[in-house]
Amino acid sequence: MSALLTILRRDLAQMFGGGRRGGAILPVLFFLAVAMLFPFAVGPDPVLLARAGGGVIWVAALLAAILPLDRLLAPDLEQGLFDQFALRGIAEEAVVAVRLLAHWLSFGPPLMIAAVPAAALLGIEGETLRLVELGLLAGTPGLAAIGLIIAALTVSLRGGAALGGLLLVPLAVPLLIFGAGALSTGGEAGLALTAAISLLLCAIAPFAGGAAIRAVREG
Amino acid sequence: MGAVRPRISLPRSFASSMHAFANPARFLRIARPLTPVLLLSGLAITAAALVYGLFFAPAERLQGETVRILFIHVPTAWLGMGGWTAIAIASLVELVWRHPLAALAARGAAVPGAVFAAVCLATGSIWGRPAWGTWWVWDGRLTSMLVLLFLYIGYIALAGAVQREGGSSRIPAIFGLVGAVNIPIIHYSVIWWNSLHQPPSLGMGSSAMAAPFLWGLLAATLGFSLLFGGVVLARMRALLADIQAEARLRRKAQEV
Repeated sequence: MSALLTILRRDLAQMFGGGRRGGAILPVLFFLAVAMLFPFAVGPDPVLLARAGGGVIWVAALLAAILPLDRLLAPDLEQGLFDQFALRGIAEEAVVAVRLLAHWLSFGPPLMIAAVPAAALLGIEGETLRLVELGLLAGTPGLAAIGLIIAALTVSLRGGAALGGLLLVPLAVPLLIFGAGALSTGGEAGLALTAAISLLLCAIAPFAGGAAIRAVREG
Repeated sequence: MGAVRPRISLPRSFASSMHAFANPARFLRIARPLTPVLLLSGLAITAAALVYGLFFAPAERLQGETVRILFIHVPTAWLGMGGWTAIAIASLVELVWRHPLAALAARGAAVPGAVFAAVCLATGSIWGRPAWGTWWVWDGRLTSMLVLLFLYIGYIALAGAVQREGGSSRIPAIFGLVGAVNIPIIHYSVIWWNSLHQPPSLGMGSSAMAAPFLWGLLAATLGFSLLFGGVVLARMRALLADIQAEARLRRKAQEV
C-alpha cells in the first residue's frame, strides 16, 4: 500500500510540477481557448451563446481530454519504469489505477475551475453553471479513464496523438450526451447517468490499460 | 499485487478443437476452397433476393416503391453490428487463448463491417429523403450507426498502425473489447437522446412485417452474410500471405 502511495505522490509531482509532462496547465488553457473561439465563430449574440454555452463547455472539455494523452504514459515506458514495477511485483493494473487517480486530479478539478471564466465568456450563469459544474464533476473521471485507456493502447505508436483523438471521440459520446443533456432537461437523471458511465469506465480502465501496457512491455 | 495470473483451464476437447485451426497450413487448406464457395453463393443469393425485392415484391401501402431499399438497408444494418460482434469474439479468443488466427479474424472482419455500416448509413439517408423529407436527421439509431462507423475506422487505423510498427496484436484486441462494452451504452444513450426511427419490426420470434417482405429480407440477409464470411476469409488469407512474405524476406536477408 505504501508503495502505491509513493507512486501516487510521484505521479502528482510529475503532473503538477510543470516538468517533462508539460504540466496540468496546458489542457486547461486549451479548454479556455476553445471556449473563446466559439463566440468568434457564431457571433456575440448573448441569447444564442447562453443557449449553446453549456454544450460548448462540454465539447471543449472533451477536446482538452485529448491533449495530455501522448505524454501520459509514454515517458515512463521509455524509461523502463513499468519494467521496474514488474520486477518488484507491482501489477500493471495497480499502477494504472493510481495513474488514473493522479490524471483525474490534474485534469478534472482544474477544468472545473476554468469552467467558471469560460461560463462568463459564454454568458451562462446561475442554475446552468451549477449543472455544468456538477456534470463535469460526474463526467471528467470517465473522460480521464477513456483517455488513460487510449494512452495505454497508443503508447508504443509514433503517430499516437492523432490516432488517440480518433479513438477517444466515439467512446466519449455517451458522457457528452448525458452530461450535456442534463443541461436541457435540467434534471438530476442526466447527472446520475453520467456518473454511472464514469464509474463503469473507471472500473474498466485499470484492467484494459494494464493489459495494454503488459502487451507493449512483453512485445 | 502478485504477478501470478491464474490460468484458465478448459475442457480438453474444446481447446484442442479450437487449436486444431491454429496451424495456418491447416486453416489455409480449408479456407482456400471455402472462400470462392462463400463468395459465389453469397453473390448469387444476394442477387436473387435483390432482384426479387426490386421487381417482384409488392409496393408498400404507405411508403410506396421506396420501401424496396429495405432489402439492402436492414441486412447491412444487422451485419454492420454483427461485424463488431465478430471482432469482440475474436478479440476475446486472442486475449484469453492467444490463438494465432484470432487477431487476423478480427482484422478481417473490421473492413467489411465498416463497409456494411457505411452502406447502411448511405441507404438510410437515401430512404430518409422520401420518408422523412430530409437526408439526415439526428435520430438515435442513425447516430448510433454513425458512431459505430467511427469506432470501426478507429479500430482499422489502430490495427494498421500496430502492424506497421511491429506492436503486439493484443493492442487492437483490447480496443475491440473496450468498444464491445461501450457499444450498447452508446446505442441506448443516443436512442434516449433523440429518436424518430421506427422501432425494429423484427424481434426474436415475432414479426410485424408482411410475409413477402420477410422472406426476401431473410434471403438477402443470408446472401450478405455469406459474402461477409467470404470476404473475412479472403482478407485473413491476404494478411497471412503478408506475414509469410515478410518472414521469407527476413530469412533471405539473413542468408546473404
